[in-house]
Amino acid sequence: MTAKTVLHAKHLEAGAKMVDFHGWEMPINYGSQIEEHNAVRTDAGMFDVSHMTIVDIKGEQAKAFLRKLVANDVAKLTQPGKALYTGMLNEQGGVIDDLIIYFFSETFYRLVVNSATREKDLAHLATVSSEFDVTVTERPEFAMIAVQGPNAKAKTATLLNAEQQEAVAGMKPFFGVQVGDLFIATTGYTGEDGYEIVVPNEQAANLWQQLLDAGVAPAGLGARDTLRLEAGMNLYGLDMDESVSPLAANMAWTIAWEPEDRNFIGRDVLVKQRADKSTDKLVGLVLEEKGVLRSGSKVIVEGGEGVITSGTFSPTLGFSVALARVPRSVGETAQVEMRKKLVNVKVVKPSFVRNGKSVL
Amino acid sequence: MSNIPSDFKYASSHEWVRNEGDGTFTVGISEHAQELLGDMVFVELPEVGDEVEAGEDCAVAESVKAASDIYAPIGGEVVAINEELEDAPETVNNDVYGDGWLFRIKAADETELENLLSAEDYANTIDDE
Repeated sequence: MTAKTVLHAKHLEAGAKMVDFHGWEMPINYGSQIEEHNAVRTDAGMFDVSHMTIVDIKGEQAKAFLRKLVANDVAKLTQPGKALYTGMLNEQGGVIDDLIIYFFSETFYRLVVNSATREKDLAHLATVSSEFDVTVTERPEFAMIAVQGPNAKAKTATLLNAEQQEAVAGMKPFFGVQVGDLFIATTGYTGEDGYEIVVPNEQAANLWQQLLDAGVAPAGLGARDTLRLEAGMNLYGLDMDESVSPLAANMAWTIAWEPEDRNFIGRDVLVKQRADKSTDKLVGLVLEEKGVLRSGSKVIVEGGEGVITSGTFSPTLGFSVALARVPRSVGETAQVEMRKKLVNVKVVKPSFVRNGKSVL
Repeated sequence: MSNIPSDFKYASSHEWVRNEGDGTFTVGISEHAQELLGDMVFVELPEVGDEVEAGEDCAVAESVKAASDIYAPIGGEVVAINEELEDAPETVNNDVYGDGWLFRIKAADETELENLLSAEDYANTIDDE
């Protein structure tokens, strides 16, 4: 049984090739994923991300609950609308899921978690929240459209009313605002400017059509993956999972170590791993000759063997890039086993493209 | 439904073969294979002069999604390769039965053609997938 988002008919109308994505029938592309990728890097593209799970947390102890639940510290959030990226961990310090938390007030936060992990996430939220005075409410009545690219904001502005335009004007990255029926956030998963827009289900198809009419190109999961990988953003299930520490997944920056008495789930294990330097680390790999790095391939570095967690051809760069989890001792080059041969690759920081440009 | 020209022969591994009428045969991949692979990013071809056997892997089509071996549908000598694909691999996606051809073989034994599928038989094999 596959679920369909409220935009399903719009995808078919646009000629989408649909695939089963963790139980959701989603567009993989609308013809060419490279053209869709390029539309986002050079102009504006949009993704149906309605399959993602929106959960609202309300109550007197909402803040205390989230300070326990996630590795980053929601106490950092003081400006209404400000968002935070982090992971929720198990007691062994593995990543149950990565998520974005929007702050509205100390008694009201919104979480956006992955669709593939929805059931275990909701179960975990239910378990942890039982010790707190909070309500945890999934919001399936909303769809979500990500509009991304250098022209995404300008094209979106053409269909916002005066109040909405004013509310989003000059909004800094990683903020969100509820204005009228729309929740508009300056977040995304592409390394480009743009919005993620939460819209009531019954209005989603109309918004999609208006964006199409404004010249925003529909883009599928294929382009979404190459865009996020170029931007060095993790994909849950590939670059990290419950067996992987955030310290081994380039997520150290999403952990708040201070104050030391905030006892978030997984903290004890992480503190020890950090002191011992006992985890692997996530690096970027670049292959400038022919061929495409693929997830699962063996990587050999100074300190031993690692693995490619995500790899692809980078349409922006014209060659292949990858994320790899490897022992901490790494030089400037590594070798990757590709089609039974060992191939030399460059080792770089796990980020390749930002705002349409190479950062290599 | 995929486009399958009726005057070509096909291998079950999704290559097409066009008889040039001079003892040489042009080889490409089918529309179905192109659709499965998606956007092509690299095509590795054999070299002119290579001797290949029927069923031998002699080229690689690498798309954003996957790398796929291409098998010689018949044996013989490679007499031409499509060098345009070096700079424009997307031609395989855009014109799979025309400008997106891969290589041309001078058949060592034309009776090997009889082992290949007709358009209709090939259509049936991909219906079963």
